[in-house]
Order: sequence, then structure tokens, then C-alpha cells
Amino acid sequence: MFENLSEGLQSAFKSLSGKGKLTEGNMRDGLEIVQKSLLEADVSYPVVQDFMAHVSEKALGKRVLLSLRPHEELVQIVNDELINILGPVDSSLHLKSEGPTIIMLCGLQGSGKTTTCGKLSQLLKEEGIKPMLVAADLQRPAAIEQLHVIGKQLDVPVYSEPDNKNPVKVCQNGVAKAKAEGARVVILDTAGRLAIDEELMAELQKIDKKVGPDQVYLVVDGMTGQDAVNSAGAFNESLELNGVIMTKLDGDARGGALLSVKHVTGVPIKFIGTGEHFDALEPFRPEGMASRILQMGDIVQAAREAHRIVDEAEREELEAKMASGDFTLDDFKKMMEKVAKPGLMGKMMGLMPGMGQFKDAMESEEAAGGIRQTIGAINSMTMAERKNPKVIDAQRRTRIAQGAGVQTPVVSQLIKQFEVMKPLMAGMAGKGVGDRMAMMKQLQGSGVMNDPTMSGLKTKQSTGKRLSKKEREKMKRQREKMKRQLKRNKK
Amino acid sequence: MAFWRSKKKNDSAPDDSSDSEGSRDVAASEPADETPQVSKEVDGAAESQSPGGGLFSKMRQSLQKTRRALNTDIRDLFKSEGRLVDEDFLGELFARLIRTDMGTGPAETIRDDVAKRFRGRVVHLEEILETITQQTQLMLQQESAEIQMSESKPTVILVVGVNGSGKTTSIGKLANHLSKAGHKIVLGAGDTFRAAAVEQLTIWAGRIGCDIVTGKHEADPASVAFQTVDKAVEIGADIAIIDTAGRLQTQTNLMQELDKIRRVISKKVDDAPHEVLLVLDATAGQNAISQARGFSEAAGCTGIVLAKLDGSAKGGVVLPIREQFQLPVKFVGLGEGIDDIAQFDPAMFAKALFAQS
Repeated sequence: MFENLSEGLQSAFKSLSGKGKLTEGNMRDGLEIVQKSLLEADVSYPVVQDFMAHVSEKALGKRVLLSLRPHEELVQIVNDELINILGPVDSSLHLKSEGPTIIMLCGLQGSGKTTTCGKLSQLLKEEGIKPMLVAADLQRPAAIEQLHVIGKQLDVPVYSEPDNKNPVKVCQNGVAKAKAEGARVVILDTAGRLAIDEELMAELQKIDKKVGPDQVYLVVDGMTGQDAVNSAGAFNESLELNGVIMTKLDGDARGGALLSVKHVTGVPIKFIGTGEHFDALEPFRPEGMASRILQMGDIVQAAREAHRIVDEAEREELEAKMASGDFTLDDFKKMMEKVAKPGLMGKMMGLMPGMGQFKDAMESEEAAGGIRQTIGAINSMTMAERKNPKVIDAQRRTRIAQGAGVQTPVVSQLIKQFEVMKPLMAGMAGKGVGDRMAMMKQLQGSGVMNDPTMSGLKTKQSTGKRLSKKEREKMKRQREKMKRQLKRNKK
Repeated sequence: MAFWRSKKKNDSAPDDSSDSEGSRDVAASEPADETPQVSKEVDGAAESQSPGGGLFSKMRQSLQKTRRALNTDIRDLFKSEGRLVDEDFLGELFARLIRTDMGTGPAETIRDDVAKRFRGRVVHLEEILETITQQTQLMLQQESAEIQMSESKPTVILVVGVNGSGKTTSIGKLANHLSKAGHKIVLGAGDTFRAAAVEQLTIWAGRIGCDIVTGKHEADPASVAFQTVDKAVEIGADIAIIDTAGRLQTQTNLMQELDKIRRVISKKVDDAPHEVLLVLDATAGQNAISQARGFSEAAGCTGIVLAKLDGSAKGGVVLPIREQFQLPVKFVGLGEGIDDIAQFDPAMFAKALFAQS
């Protein structure tokens, strides 16, 4: 399968570029790829059909067919349409000004209702509202205990009646207690059930009728497949949902089911769950989700992630250093240490548009080893050497290599690479995200970034491909050209 | 044709299920530990109705629900006198195939095969059905769905999967299944992360009446696994089943933890774990392929438990998984009751994927 939709389309339209106009037939091939991509992302078939009808209409228009870059146009159309369908955004919980607001969570078994209860509580607590949780899952063994543990962790009261087997009663009593205690929000954690299990759906309806929740949210597993249309449809029919929360989106699931759910229910998507911790609940952003479904990365998410790792003050300091050219090997080391956490780089790469192909490379053992070696080599340098690597001569190099337990070429490569990177970094600092992306692309194109594992730092490539003098000169010219360009851009 | 003959039994199934649903309602107002008893009775009734086909009828019953909900039926593509196999026909067929969650790859393979054999012809439904069912069955053909028992006791089974796929419930049912077959079981509550996961498995152990080894909350799961195997050796148990916390296949450090659990277990019993079962949610879509890949690499999976097959989802994603990783499905989960587990039968599964009630 294609790494992402954009690449797939690019290769589909490749044979045409420069030759002639795109025909309707070509475009149909492209649309076929779009359809396949959506199906691979687990969007339900009838929803895909409907979606494709809209997209085809636009894509077969003259503007796209005559465009110079049809694949970009088509991706744009698909992306816009996705955002259009997934929106509008409404992540408000619509709390009532008086009396408790009752929120009911429902969904299939294992979709993440109980964990989401905890996450919603955390969110409310952050806004200074103390919720009360009601344990209405009387089916699964120890579900009540689970909610109690969560309540204790978050310091939120949990109402349960271990001996009562009637969830309707439990909910009623829980709400009554919340009213008496003046809780502003009550969250009902109901048992997981199959949408086709009529008895249990009737039970849910009974709770709905007798307790009258203000908001009913469907919790959907982000990995759900084609069945999403059926279950979401059934839940919506019996309960009139007010919103959807999709969970488990911290993995590599593309979450196409969300499109199906939205299509079937029409209710807004409120939040997405992106981790096991209680603060891992994010307001839904259609733009991010559209890129995710199309596997095009999510630059906003990547930026957020980056901010999470490096705190603001540190970042500013680094950027100032980069811009002034004071960036030393020591700072480089600090940066490396930050990103050397397992799985982190891969995740970042996965989130960056166009960098998806580096994800695996960055996650490999080899990459982690490479980074460790680099850090080790820098550790073996004196402060003076870190500040000014130019002083490192053959003798010092041997000493550093011995100290770090690496071969000498690793050290020379590191220094060389650093010298190349330094001016580029200076250029990169103090620019907007868009400019930086353009620079990244340039870097990629130049070959500096072609080996994200920095295994170039280890030793020379073992393919025996030594550059001739001519080639070296050519590369140097390219570098110079890039530097000049950067300078120009800066102005 | 056997399938047609068995249709009569099918007709009696709805009554049976409405009975069971009625009793479930009663059960809902009684203490939870009685629920399994009730479902046991229901199963007894089903088995006495179709001798020798308890498992068969249960699986069919569950999948019948699926069919009703999905209205997935290749047969309604056909008129009584047959239908011309053309682009429209193939498109419709493709839609039906996709709905099983088998993914675009296998669906295209099957569609193209049908096109090659029947294009331009007016076909009878039996022909097409047979083709597809056979092909699917072939894809899923496997030697045995049995648990690979070790030559020397105990056989160690490690159970892994993503969050909420149904690991703990599957372990409970599997332990009961194996215990009924006369094996002495020890459970290991290796999910020390999720709140009350240990309690959940303890309740299951109580229902089955088997030993359980538990660690403290946030204890090292590898140590719990080690103690479980230790206990199994000590009391001479036949099988040790170890639960693990749910994790996403992309969480590298958590996946490495699985490798550690494996290593620790093998220190106690040389060739253990003998089985590493990956629990997949039947409602999962194409991400299940990534799950199979990730868990196979990190934990060396030997088989799949396909949970929640009693819903309207069909679990067709096991087709590409089987194709790519040679991972056989060993058991299917068909509900929350203690007896709601069955050994995987490729012929049944293939029929149920496409057949009409």
C-alpha cells in the first residue's frame, strides 16, 4: 500500500506529467486510489461511496484536469471534503447553569468508556468543577472497582451500589445523591454492549428515559472497522446521541471509523483520546483528523508534541543560540538527549508531513544506538572542543574516539556533520512553521537529511561508495548555494 | 449442501436466543456470580437441541445476529434465474466483501477471481458462493486450533493485545474451557497497570475455581509472570495463563516489556512461553494487521483469539493477517458468559462470513 495518499496519487499521475493533459480516465484512476486509501483507513463502504460521489464531481471539473499538479489538487479536494464532513467543532460539554448536568457514556465493550470517565473528570477538574462518577457497569467483573480506583486517583467521588443489579436504579440514586451534594456534573459509566443486543439496548433506553441525561456521548474505539456504521447507527437510534468521543488514537490507527460515525449520526465529535493518562483527552480538530485518515501527518500535533518535550524557556534559549551561531556541540548533545527517548523520534516523524518514511528508520534499534554513540562522542570532548570543534586535530580525535569507545571516523563524521548543520540551523531559527517546513524539504533534497539515523556519524557507508573529487566539489557547491539561499530568505 | 440441511435447526435458534435473553434480564437483577450459571443452562439447552453441534450452533447463532444486522448477503445479489456478471455485479460483490473487514487486498483477489471465472456469464448463486467460501476457507486452512501443549508440565500461555480488545475476559473463558477439559490451571494477573484488572481476573479465577497469582498495583509484570510459572511448577499445574496489560503496538517501550516477560518466563521453564495468544477485537478494522505485526515482532505470537465475534462485526481482518503472518486463529469469543468461547473452525467461519441465515 502507499505510504500516503499524496504519494499514491503522485505515482499514478506521474506517467502523464509533461506529456499532456490529464484525461477523465486518468482522474478516475486517481479517484480509485482515493477510494482505496479511505477503505484502508477503515471508512465504511457506504460512507466511502457517498464521499467519492462528492469528490468525483469536483475532481472531474476542468480546473483540476487542467491543473499543473493534479495530484495536489485532488488531495486538496479530498482533504477539504473530509474537514467539511468531520466538522463543525463543538467540544463544549454544555453544562447547565443550575443543578447537575448529567453526562452518559455508552459504547461497545472495550471501547474505553471507564477510562474516558476519568479523562472527562480530569478535564472538569482543571476547570474547577468537581464531577461525580456513577458506576453503572454491572456486567463486567470489577468494573465498579476500576471506577473507584480512578475516582481515588483523581480525588473525585464515585457512587456505586455493589449489591444492586439494576443499573437504572443505580443511576437514579447516583443522580439523587449528586443533587443532594450539589455536584455540578454527574458522569454515568454504563456497561459495554453490542448494538444488536436488543435487551441491553433497551436497558440503556430505560436509563435514558428514567434518568434523563443532558448529554449522551458515544465512545468509539479508534481502531473500529466497517462495523462502525452499524453500531453507531444503532446507538444513535435508541439514544439520540449528543456527541462522539473517539479513543485509542495514540497508536497508528487511522481512525477512518470516525468518518463513518459522523456520517451516520451527524452529531459533533467532541474529543479524542490519545493516551492512557488522564490528561490525554484532546478537543477534536477536523484538520488533524483529516490528515491522519489520509496519512499525511499532522504538523499541529507535531508542534504540540515538540512543545511538550522542550519547555518554552529552554527552547527560546536554544533558538537564540542557533540564530547567533553560538550553537555548540554541547547544545547539540542536549538536543539529542531530549529526542533520544525511545519511540519519540519515530512518533514525531510520523506526525510531520512528508516525513512518514523516516518513522521506521528512527524507531529502529540502530537509530537509538547511533544517537547514543553521538552523545558518547560529545561526552568525551573537553568543553573547549565542544565550543569550537575546529581545534580537534588527529591526536584529539583519537583520544575522543577511545574515550567514547567508537572508531575515529565516527568522530570526524560528527564534526563534519555539525559544521554543515550549524549555518542551516542558524537560518532555521526565528522562522515560522511554514518556512521551516520548506527548509526541511530543502535539507531533505540536499541529501543532508537523507539518512535520518545519522548513521553517517558512525562510519562511512559500507557500500564502498567513495566520492570522487568532482562529486565532492559538486556537493560543496550545493551546500554553498543553499547557504546563500538561506541568507536571502532571511532578508 | 450440508449448510442448507442444517437450516431447520437455524429456525429454532431465534426462540432459543429470546429465551436466553429473557433469562439474562432476570440475571441482571441477581448477583453477578449467578450469571454464568444461567448462561450455562442456556448452552445446555442449545446443545441438547442439536446434538454434537453445540459449538457449531453457537457460532452460527452469533453470526446470524451479525448477518441480520449487516444484511450482508451475497445471495441477494442474485435473481432467481441468475444474474449477469458485469462491472455492476462485481462492484456490489466488492462492497459486500469489504464489509467483512477483510481489507481491499483480499477483497480484490476474490473479486478478480470471480471476474476471471464468471465474467459475462449468468451465474447461479451456489457457484459463486462456493467459490468464495472455498477460497476463504483455503486462506484460513490450518493444522490445528488446539493449544500446543508442552511435553513437560506446565504449558505456559502468554496473552497479549491492545487495550480493550478483551484479553482478561478471553483468559477467563479460555481457562474455564481448558479446566473443563481436565487441565489444572494457574492464572497470572500480569496486568498491573489498569485499575482493577487484577480484581477482574481474580473474579474469573473464583468462578472457575483455579489458582491465581497476583502482584501489587504497578508491580513489574515480569515478576508476576515469573511467580505464576513458579507457582505452576510448584503445584504441578498443567497450564499457566498469564495476562498482560493492554498496550498499543506503537508503544516501543511497552512492547519491549513483553520481550522481557518472555525472557523471564523462559528462565523458569526452558521453552516457555509455549503459546503467545494475541487477542484481537472482531470489530477492529485494518489496524488489526498492524497489531498482528507489532505483537508478533515483540512477543512472537503463535495464535489469535478473535474476541467479540457475537456482535455485528465479522472479523474478516483475520484473512490478511493469516496471509501475511501465518498466524492461525485458535479461538473465537462469542459473548461475556463463561462458556462463550469456541475453537476456531475455518469452514464454519468462511461460511458464516458470507452465508445467509
